[in-house]
Amino acid sequence: MRQRLQNIDILDVIMWLFRAVIIVAVVWGIVSTILDNPYTPEAWIDLVVAGVAQGSLYALIALGYTLVYGILFMINFAHGEFFMSGIFTSTVFIAIPMSRTPFWNQHWILSLLLVGAVAMAVSVGVALLTERIAYRPLRYAPRLVPLITAIGASFFWQYFFRGLYGSGITAFPTVEALQGSLTIGPLRILWTQVAVIASTIVLLIGLYIFVMRTKTGKAMRAVAEDKQVAALMGIDVDRVIVITFAVGAAMAGAAGLLYALMYRQVFFLMGFIPGIKAFTAAVLGGIGNVVGAALGGLLLGMFEAVGPNLILEGLGIPAANQLKDVFAFLMLVLVLIFRPQGIMGERLGDKKA
Amino acid sequence: MEMRTRFDWGQVVRLGLLMGIVALSLCLIGMVGTFDERNIIGGVITLGQILLFGPAVAGGYVLAQSTSRLRSEAETSSAESTGTVSTLLGALMVGLISSLPLILLIFLGQITTPEGGVWLRQFLPNVSPELLEMLTFGQGPVLGSLILAGVTASLSMLGAGANLLPQRVRSPLLTGLMAVLMMGLMAEIIILAWGSKGIGLLIRRVLFEAGGLSLVGTALIFLIAAGANVGWATQRERVQRRVSALPPKRQKRLDRTRVALGVLLMLLLPFILRTYLTEVVNNIGLYILMGFGLNIVVGFAGLLDLGYVAFFAIGAYTMGMLTSTGELGGAGMSFWAALPFCLIASVVAGVILGVPVLRMRGDYLAIVTLGFGEIIRILALSDWLKPFIGGAQGILMIPKPSIFGLRFLTPQSLYYLILICCLVAAFVSWRLRDARLGRQWMAMREDEDVAEASGIPLVKTKLLAFATGAAFAGLSGAIFASKLSSVFPHSFNLLVSINVLCLIIVGGIGSLPGVVVGAIFLIGLPELLREFAEYRYLMYGALLIVMMLLRPEGLWPSAVHKRELHADELATSAGQATGGPALSEADS
Repeated sequence: MRQRLQNIDILDVIMWLFRAVIIVAVVWGIVSTILDNPYTPEAWIDLVVAGVAQGSLYALIALGYTLVYGILFMINFAHGEFFMSGIFTSTVFIAIPMSRTPFWNQHWILSLLLVGAVAMAVSVGVALLTERIAYRPLRYAPRLVPLITAIGASFFWQYFFRGLYGSGITAFPTVEALQGSLTIGPLRILWTQVAVIASTIVLLIGLYIFVMRTKTGKAMRAVAEDKQVAALMGIDVDRVIVITFAVGAAMAGAAGLLYALMYRQVFFLMGFIPGIKAFTAAVLGGIGNVVGAALGGLLLGMFEAVGPNLILEGLGIPAANQLKDVFAFLMLVLVLIFRPQGIMGERLGDKKA
Repeated sequence: MEMRTRFDWGQVVRLGLLMGIVALSLCLIGMVGTFDERNIIGGVITLGQILLFGPAVAGGYVLAQSTSRLRSEAETSSAESTGTVSTLLGALMVGLISSLPLILLIFLGQITTPEGGVWLRQFLPNVSPELLEMLTFGQGPVLGSLILAGVTASLSMLGAGANLLPQRVRSPLLTGLMAVLMMGLMAEIIILAWGSKGIGLLIRRVLFEAGGLSLVGTALIFLIAAGANVGWATQRERVQRRVSALPPKRQKRLDRTRVALGVLLMLLLPFILRTYLTEVVNNIGLYILMGFGLNIVVGFAGLLDLGYVAFFAIGAYTMGMLTSTGELGGAGMSFWAALPFCLIASVVAGVILGVPVLRMRGDYLAIVTLGFGEIIRILALSDWLKPFIGGAQGILMIPKPSIFGLRFLTPQSLYYLILICCLVAAFVSWRLRDARLGRQWMAMREDEDVAEASGIPLVKTKLLAFATGAAFAGLSGAIFASKLSSVFPHSFNLLVSINVLCLIIVGGIGSLPGVVVGAIFLIGLPELLREFAEYRYLMYGALLIVMMLLRPEGLWPSAVHKRELHADELATSAGQATGGPALSEADS
């Protein structure tokens, strides 16, 4: 008993040391950056806005991870590919042909809605196919087995769509109305960023209402709580799981359109990095928690945009922007050191992850 | 007549459409077109044709399989003849329906032209005139479609027919066909490895032609494989009976001979395989090493690590920095002097990663380790550390290891080094598994709280798992660096971690032979199918899914794991045998 107490004490000491070192490093970095003052306030605001826009994308994708995880306790590694498949298909078949007609710029909202709808539909289709073939038969297999099929599905879809539409980077046609930027006092926001942030807010509110207020949403929460009991209460668990995948994939499809608007390009590997980042965001927010995923995405996007300049440069690290991803993952580790269950997650002691 | 009512037409339509869509997808993603150049049987069948018509054959086979199952359930022997006819009829329909998506493609391809404004190829670059020509057999859209439908229908019936054959005919037939297909696929590798001189050249002249098998070769291989199958089926029981009838002393001697033969084969392998294939085996060996390490972390201790490549990278970079004779290497050590430092560096990294994640469980651990792997890679790539480890240019001029003045220059000599390391790693894993530590790991895997309550020091046990796993990866990385004579950050992406994780699970999690089998399967096979280039990952992904669907316990599962997975079946069978008490045992 004494032995065990000693062990825990040592660990706690180490953890506190870790935390102290981190806090000192972060404070040091921030202070010395502020003292150096390398950027104008406008530049900082630009960074924050870019971060929020990027974070909205992460949030939308992260929702898919978190919804599926909440119900099936599986990391859906192929979610990034759901995101890619929709917008890739929609760009090739809808956006590019339409952009050759005057309709594209005259009725750009309608056009983008159509592109988005097709993207969402394709993403949902791909997701349901994957669920049916690769996940459903393995629902009661050990937990690592669906993880492997998810990895397999991820590879499969990446290279399937590469074969289908080619390996090059396809340019997403520009939308005239979204060129330029909106200026409010000192605030200068690109119109694309406005569009991305606004649509994300609409989608997030819609999803929140869906999960919290509708009967299907209630069923989803019930299944997430306990599959067996939910089934006993007359909920069709299979159907709820399918709906969950569909909703997550629809969000990913919409995120695909926003990505295309922001970066003006689509390609077969585009889902990989956002997928991993979104998963990071989902864990950051507390995986399985819908609000947490949105919050985690926003935070991750912002930290990623601001952090390297704010903290790493102050620590005297050259080319800090190269280390953007390092910073994102470091932040994840740090948050989890302080809160092992994520920002909004429930205590792991109560519910086994 | 009774069979006819049992016949499920919905299934026929579904199966036909499914197979048609598979064939269509293979066309659209370009596999059919690309591999139409690649002969399986020279001048007769190309790989493209196999991909195009394979789904139809498979459709017929699957249909016959499911109806024969229905029939055996019904046990109506009188209806057998009607069953055969209606199955063939169903297969015909499956074949016809499966051609529909392709015919649709033919007509869409015909209607749309570059001049007409809408051109299918604009969207789908693989719908080339050559593909359409292949689909229509060069006979124009209408006649071509009819021929296509006829061909798929008859092939589907052939597939169904093959399934209807009695077992003793079907089994050799399928074995022979599989052997021909495999040999045809491997043709280029085989020619590359052995076909340049001596007997190899002679065999190559007989068996191969135009990058595929020759007709003579096809016949020979089919006969050999089918013959072996027949021989195995008829002789197996007799041989087994005779072996078990031997006195124990001679059985032991037989076992010893087997082991000796295995060792001899392992020692002679590089001479048999020649340079190129030895290189492949060396890669497999490095992955086996990592597999043993990750098997400890994930398989024994149940800690899901998705950033395992980090330790591999640290081992490789340490080796590079300590031994390089280029501008980045300061120490100028020899391979053997640097090796302990590589291991120490990766163990330290393992502990450093281990401490902050001690409190995390399950998937939190997965993403943090994944992040750790990415951090290491990006740091290696960054300008910040460029003065020390070379950034994107990496570290060059790493000397090969040497022993008593003998340098491990060729892949063949490196093979022995890797073999020894693998054997050591296997031995260590094996001993650890059954030691106190291994049991502690497994207890922790099953339930951390219970393990802690039973007095297992979680902190120490977890850190030891991370450290041991990291050491194996560090060893693998060190050999990797000196094998390539250079290290680049690109060699250490997430794919390596994923490959290692996949190989231990496909092999059978927690199982030591499983690591070897999994590595051969997942690392060796893609290496051999190198000519599939861009489609390799597509096939890899599909293979992972199929493998997991068919054998979730892995190719060579560990005894414990297998027992757990089949606990229900065991419980019911044991329960029936003993009348119940076994149930609780299987549950625990």
